[in-house]
This record gives sequence, structure tokens and C-alpha cells, in this order.
Amino acid sequence: MFSIIRTLWNVLLHSFQPRVTIQYPEEKPYLAPRYRGRIILSRDPDGGERCVACYLCAVACPVDCIALQATEDPTGRRYAEFFRINFSRCIFCGLCEEACPTYAIQLTPDFEICEYDRQKLVYEKEDLTISGPGKYPGYNFWRVAGVKIGGKDKGQAEREEPPAEIHSLLP
Amino acid sequence: MTKIFVDGRPFDVPENQSMLQACLTLGFDLPYFCWHPALGSVGACRQCAVKQYRDEKDSRGRIVMSCMTPVAEGVRISIRDAESVSFRAAVIEGLMQSHPHDCPVCDEGGECHLQDMTVMTGHAYRRYRFSKRTFRNQNLGPLVNHEMNRCIQCYRCVRYYREYAGGHDLKEFVLRNLVYFGRQNDGVLENEFAGNLVEICPTGVFTDKTLKQHYTRKWDLQLAPSVCVHCGIGCNTSPGERYGTLRRIVNRYNGEVNGYFLCDRGRFGYEFVNSPERLRQPRLQKGGQGETADGPVALVHARKLLDGGKVIGIGSPRASLEANFALRTLVGQERFFAGVEDEEHRLTARMLEILRSGLARSPSLGEIEKADAVLVLGEDVTQTAPRMALSLRQSVRQQPFELVDKLQIPRWLDHAAREAVQDAKGPFFVAAPHPTKLDDVAAATYRASPDDLARLGFAVAHAIDSSAPDVPQLTDGVRALAGRIAEALKNAKRPLVVSGPSLKCEALIQAAANVAWALCRAGKPAALSFTAPECNTLGLGLMAARPLGEAQQALKSGEADTIVILENDLYRRAPREQVDALLASARHLIVLDYLETSTTHKAEVVFPSAPFAECEGTFISNEGRAQRAFQVYVPEGGIRAAWQWLRDLLIASGANGAAAWQGVDDVLKTLAGSLPAFSAVPQAAPSAAFRMAGEKVAREPHRYSGRTAMHANINVSEPKPPDDPESPLSFSMEGVSEQPPPALIPFFWSPGWNSIQSVNKFQQEIAGPLRGGDPGVRVIEPAKPTEPDGPAGPDGNARADFLGAPPAVFEPQPDRVLLVPIYHVFGSDETSQRAPAIRELTPKPYVALDSEAARRFGLNDGDLAEVAVNGAVERLPVKVRDGMAAGVAGLPVGLPGIENCRLPAWARITRP
Repeated sequence: MFSIIRTLWNVLLHSFQPRVTIQYPEEKPYLAPRYRGRIILSRDPDGGERCVACYLCAVACPVDCIALQATEDPTGRRYAEFFRINFSRCIFCGLCEEACPTYAIQLTPDFEICEYDRQKLVYEKEDLTISGPGKYPGYNFWRVAGVKIGGKDKGQAEREEPPAEIHSLLP
Repeated sequence: MTKIFVDGRPFDVPENQSMLQACLTLGFDLPYFCWHPALGSVGACRQCAVKQYRDEKDSRGRIVMSCMTPVAEGVRISIRDAESVSFRAAVIEGLMQSHPHDCPVCDEGGECHLQDMTVMTGHAYRRYRFSKRTFRNQNLGPLVNHEMNRCIQCYRCVRYYREYAGGHDLKEFVLRNLVYFGRQNDGVLENEFAGNLVEICPTGVFTDKTLKQHYTRKWDLQLAPSVCVHCGIGCNTSPGERYGTLRRIVNRYNGEVNGYFLCDRGRFGYEFVNSPERLRQPRLQKGGQGETADGPVALVHARKLLDGGKVIGIGSPRASLEANFALRTLVGQERFFAGVEDEEHRLTARMLEILRSGLARSPSLGEIEKADAVLVLGEDVTQTAPRMALSLRQSVRQQPFELVDKLQIPRWLDHAAREAVQDAKGPFFVAAPHPTKLDDVAAATYRASPDDLARLGFAVAHAIDSSAPDVPQLTDGVRALAGRIAEALKNAKRPLVVSGPSLKCEALIQAAANVAWALCRAGKPAALSFTAPECNTLGLGLMAARPLGEAQQALKSGEADTIVILENDLYRRAPREQVDALLASARHLIVLDYLETSTTHKAEVVFPSAPFAECEGTFISNEGRAQRAFQVYVPEGGIRAAWQWLRDLLIASGANGAAAWQGVDDVLKTLAGSLPAFSAVPQAAPSAAFRMAGEKVAREPHRYSGRTAMHANINVSEPKPPDDPESPLSFSMEGVSEQPPPALIPFFWSPGWNSIQSVNKFQQEIAGPLRGGDPGVRVIEPAKPTEPDGPAGPDGNARADFLGAPPAVFEPQPDRVLLVPIYHVFGSDETSQRAPAIRELTPKPYVALDSEAARRFGLNDGDLAEVAVNGAVERLPVKVRDGMAAGVAGLPVGLPGIENCRLPAWARITRP
């Protein structure tokens, strides 16, 4: 008898506690930046595409839902000719982000990408690319890479000496 | 065998090896850079350090370079010893000091030996905080890309390029940490084997420029074991496909054939498969207009044309055995014609007869490399059978190696061996009408007209064996040279004679056979190698087809009124007027081909057939080795293998036997049953029923990516992977986990070894045969002599009676020149010349004149000349090429624009 009364009392007390349930979708929860939601392709601080089409995200993907093709602009800068993520297969594991050597591919706290038609879950590069650097401001792969691209000659990357003179025999 | 101890465990290893080679053979992972099985050891990179102990009591040991340490009885080494492990890690840390942060944009990434070795030694973070040295790159032409920053100075490129391939224009520059590998100035790498730098370079300094146009990582390619189709050598290749186009070709090791290397035509000629000139749908000609049609419609239409029954078929030396045999079955044996020029057909038949009934054996490239005296008779091997030239270049080292052996220097100790040998070269003789690229290693060269070359050959044979026909009116100089060649060949242990049909001279082939047979009769195991112009020249030759010239008669006499042409552009085979007449006298013309050609334009029905990467096929190389090329990917559109179209035509016209042809296995079985020459061909590769632990061999690496996204733009539901009931391979990443039989290895990969160097794990012994034997089966063997040295008849027994008679002396004419064919590795081959990169290197048509002849005709280099040959007049620029034989001029063969000039022929050259 006593335990029944105690339980009723506890239930009554709980009705005055602050509520944990969030009234989604009217109310949005706070999600940390590291949350693994919709995948985006970011840009480097100069506004160029960060993705260098190295295929590492595609190979890391356990469900093989990333497909791309590399190409180069006339100055030698490599980028993705197409970049496709099939979100109907994606398991949001974040391995692509871990594999990415340029911080291009990032997972975001947005999860509201449901569709009635699976075909609409196929995102192309235009759907994925955002205008900023995302979670990693400041990093530009091309500033540390050794290859020459438009606007950055050999020897102009960080911690590089000017190109060697190859017809000299001076010690 | 010798017993060595590795980390305390005893192993039996073959003698005469370096410790590194032995450790790799045993399956240990020992990192290395400067060593390469084909190049030997120089001990430059210090990466393969191990600890060597004096005896079992010695616990301190000393660090040695395993590549410089010979295997010896009882030697004790340790790979896992802590000091040598840290030594190796320190070495790689040093090598990586200036290595750029390029891997994501480097074409070598994912198949990089440097990556593999760095991971193997455990080096992960760059501690060196100072700047990296940088270099400017060079433009090395359309085939090889240069990115010097990535270099780790292992010197493998220049050692390969200069010492192995005989190139002159790649060198090392500057010194200390600035050593630079490149050319004096930007420009196309001159050597025909420069593409191998892509595989020789352990990192991404030299990469495949054609791959760069449509870059794909190694793990994303779908690959299959294949055979090169750009000449008659039959090198083994691994073509890779992604998104429906062929992306690149890499070498597929075959210890007997191509070993570690390919020629640039074979490596970069693949792009014709992606050509916009490809035929992709059947086409019917209606009222002068081509109209695409579905397969069944085209088959019904074609069957109607075949209904009269008066059909002849024209086969092709670039089509597979299966396709040629299917055509032969469709039209009947008496109505099957060889799709080559009559002279070439006759020479092929003659070469086959010599190889099958004679004494001398046709050697594999591996055996050619081991030959210690060589006579090349009338063949510019570098241009007609490029990969063979690379092997011939190694053969000159064989005789000097005897000195190396005498000094007790191991042959693999490359630098010491070369120091001992200095410039000494084995006897190597080149007789050709013009200078060739092998002249630089030749002990003597002889430049003469084809007839005079044959006379030299006959003279050599006579000098070896006096019962061979003597050569009248021989000048003293030639007789002395013949004597010298004969002496060298007689004194050799493994003499070799190389000739071929490229000069269209039967006497040359007879002379070569006579030399080889004379040596055989003298008890020498002489080898006789003929080049073959196309990938299946010998296969077609063995089918006993009728010569093309008789096709015209068959049509004229009313014996036939319909022609079926298989993968053949007749306009490359005979003069235009003749082909026009042949095609005009046929009422109906059906053509199967994969590329648009002048012949397909005339066809009433065109069936799009599949080139090498899109269907299975068997080819017989110049050695007489039958090798299977497997399908790499399923093509889009209405493309099917030529034999499948022909089978469906057979079924449509009521031949029930053909309905049983489900795969190439069935075709080959019928072929082997009906023509005894092909009885061994089905053994070239395991049949479609082959399984290992119930599984097929996967064409895709297990890391193949994008499976659920690559077609998602078309339909989000993934298609089922295509079935492949015709072969033991599957279009999937699922398959056997152990090493498949050698003929079925689609690519080389092993855990920790992502680069092409993983082939180490597939060999019985490093640089030896693949585990399970090298792929391919020889179908051409010399007949056994009935008695040890007795002559025998043509009844299956070896014949040793000498062939032919020396031709008359060639008389140069004052007003005319003899135009001989000049072959070009880039351009003379029909299919590879459609590849954009190769087309860039293809020369424009020209006429080659000696400077003396040019002066006589009043022409200078670059002038336009009028060349009157075979009743036609061509205007061509003059190229002055010194060293051409007197009275002889050259015209390139097969180049676009002058494909069908029949050579050799007398020509008048005038100033317009």
C-alpha cells in the first residue's frame, strides 16, 4: 500500500520537473559541430574547391556510396569532375571525413535530409559544395603540397626552397 | 640449394642470389628501393639493411646491406633485429625529408613503392623541421609525366633507361641533395621503352600521362589478364577499366615472355578502345545512308544476304582465333581467305613451315635474353617487334658475363659486373637496309638491299656448314663478315638468328633458317625467331586460309557474291584500286569491326565487334605461344565479340552445331578438334568452369569503391553486376582470396605491397616463373629429327636440307631507287595509331634518302619530292637518313595517308 502511494507521489513530483523531450520540429535540438549528419564539401580560405579528388573518401566508405572522377584544370590543380554521394546508402560513419587529407569532406549537424523518393537522395557536387571552409578554417592543402598550380609556382609552398638550378655544378 | 638462417630459422635457398632476393623469395617483407630484379644490386639506398652474425654464438652481429650480400652456406641474418629495424627507419626518414606533401594529388598514390616501404618501416611523422628542396619539372612528351620533387634519388630510372633500355637522353644532373633526373632540355623521351619508367620509379616522379587524362586509383580499376594486340610478340598486360572506359595498361609479369617490361606502343596504345571512331551499334546501309539498327534486326538482315550460300569470308591477323574460326565455320574451309597481302600470307606460311618442320626452335623472349650470339637478318626489331629489341639488347651482356663469372663476381652485383666488363659486348650482328636502334650494341652492322642481306645470310650458313648453298659473286668484305658472323655463332653456347617478314623477302627467311639449321646440324642448340607483324598473324596462318588474291577470282567466276570481312581494313592490305574492284564485284558486303575504317564505310551491314579489352580471345604470338586475353569490362551499346555475332549468324542460317557455342571454351574445343595444329590451345587458360574453393577470380580489387554510387545518377537502385558465364573471372570484388593460376591473375597485389613490385609475392623465385608456371602454351615446336643428324623429309620429321638459293646480286640503278619499308613503333600499327598519345608521336609520311642519293636527285632535307611507285605518284617530304644501303630508299609503312603502298618496289624520285 505504502509503495503504491510512494509511486504516485513520485509521478506527481516528476510532472513538475523540467522536460527532456524537445518539441521537434517546432523546437530544434543543439547538436555539436562534430555531429555526424549530412555530408558537405567545403572550400579553402581562398574560396577554391578543397576537394582534390584523391579518392580516399571513396575507398574508406564502408558502403561504397561515394563515387567521383578526378580531373585537372589547365594549371594543374586537381579537382573532382563529378562527385556523387548516395545518401540512401550512407551510414554517416564519418570515415570519409577521417580519410580526407584536405578537410574537404565534412559531416555536419544537419540530419533533415529525408525524402520519399530515394532517387532524390543522390547528391551531386553542386548539392554538396558549400561556400566556406566548414569546421576547419585556415587550412589550404595547396599551400603545403609540392605541385605547381595556378598562382603558386614551385618553391612557393610553405617550407620550400626555391627550385634548384639543374645546370649548375657548384657545390 | 644453400642453407641460410633468417632470424634463427633455417631455410634452403638457391645459390647465386643476393640475400635480399632470397629473403623476398622466402616471403619476408624487406624494404628496398635501388634494387630491381631486372637491374641487379648497387647498394645505393641502404634501405635493405639486415644484421649478419658470424656464427650461432655471435649475438652482436653487424649491419650489412642484404642486396650486396651473397647467399652462402650457413649465413645467419636477422631482419627483425632491433638495431637493423631502427637503421631502416632512419634511412627512410632521411629519404622522406624533402618528399613533398603530394600523395593525395599524386598519380602513384595507392600503388607507390615508397608509400609501401614507409609504412613497412613504420615512419609516420616528419621530424625534420627545415625546408624542402624543390625542382622544376620537364615536359617529357605525351606519354610520361615528370614531377621531380618526389624523387628519392634511388637512380633506378637512369640505370634502367641507359643501361637496360639503351636510351641516351635521361641523365642525372647536379650533386648532393639536388641530384636531378631528367633530360638536358624539355622534350619527348626518345627511347621506345620509356613508359617502363612509370613502373621502375618507386615513387611518383614518372607517371603515366595518358592515365592522368582520366585518372583512377589502382584500387578502383576493374582489371583482367590480357595480351597486347599491337604486334606479334604477345606481351602480357593488365588493362584497367573504370566507368566504362579503358583507363590504362600495366605490365603483367610473364617470366617467359615480357618479364617486367612493355614497350610504349603496348602500354599507351590502348586508347583506341575509347576512340570516338568506335562502332557501337549495328548499321545497315539503306539507299546510300547508314542507319543504326538493333542486333536482332541486323542479324535477320545479314542472314538474308547470306541466304544464297555463295559467301566468302576474309579473316584477320588482328582478330582472335575464336573469331577467325567462327568465320571459317560460317563460310566453309574453302571459302575462307586470309585478310593479308598475298606476299605476307606466303611468307607467314613459309615461316610456319620452317618453324614446324625444321630443326631450330622459336625462342621465348626470356630465351632471347639469354642468347650469347645473335644475328639479326633484315629486321628493324625495335620498330617491328619492340619488346624483342629490349631482350636482344640484354643478350649482348651474356658473353661478357663469362668474364664476370671467372672473376667470381656475382652477376647480380650490377656495378661490379659492369666495371669488370667495361664496354665489352657479346657478338651481335645487325643486317638491315638502314640504320636501326640496335646498331649501338652491334659488333658489326651490314647495310644492304633485301637481296644482298639474304646473300649475307646464305654466306653465313655456307661458312658454318659447307653443304649449304654457296653464294656466287660475293665480295671479299661480305665474305669476311660472313666468316666472322659464322665463327661467332659457332662458338656460342646459345646462338640465335632473328629475321622476319617485314622486308617481304622470302630469301631472307630462308637464309635465316639455313643459318639456324646449319648451327643445329653442328650440334648447337640454335634458336630461330621470326617476328610477326600482328597479334594473331601465326594463328591465322595456321588456319590454312586461301590467299586474298584468289578472292577476286572467286567473285569473278561467280563462285561467290557475298563477302563477310572480319575485323580487317582491306585498304591497308592492298592498293586502293584492287580493293575497290574486289568490293565492287561483290553484291553484298558484311563487315565486323570495332573501329570505323574505309572498309566499314562500304559495308551493307556493319556489326560492332569488341576489341581486346571487351571480349575474350586467344592469340598466337610469334613464338608460337597461345595466350588468352580475358574480357575486362562489359561494353555499352550493341557491341559483342565477333565470334558471338558469327555464331548467331551460323544459328540463323541453320547450323545447329554452333548453337552449342556458349563461350570461348566451346569454340576452342571445336577448333582443337577440327584442326590438329590447335589441339593444345584450350590449355592456354583454365576453362570457364574453373573455381577455387567454389569461387571465381575477382576482376576488382577488394577495395574497389563507389559500387553503390557510380550508377546512382541513372538509378538509385544498383544494377546487378554483370554475369560472366564464359570465363572463370567475375565482374565483382568478391572472389578467391589466394593466388589464382598464373593465366588468371588480373592484377598484382599483396598485403603491404600495393605497387607493381608485389609481383615478388607471385613468383616461384624472384625474377623467375610465376607460381604455377608462366601463362601460355606453345603450339609450334620443331619436329624431332628421326636420326640425330640425318636429314628428314616433310612428313612430320625434322628436315635439315637447306632451303632456297641465294638471290642474284643487287644492282643499284642510277635513275631509280629500291623503296624498302621503314617501320615505326608509333604509327605503323593499325589500332595503336588511333590512340591520341601515340598519334602525337607518329611521324608524317616522308621518303628517306641517303645524303648521297639526295644529292644525286638534287634534293635537300625537307624538300618535297615526287615519288613514282607502283604506278602512282606521291608527293612526300625528303628526310635525309645517312647510312642507308646504296641504291635503296625508304618509305614508312602503315602511316595514315600512305597505308597501302606495296613495298619493296622500284621508284623514281624527282624534284617536282
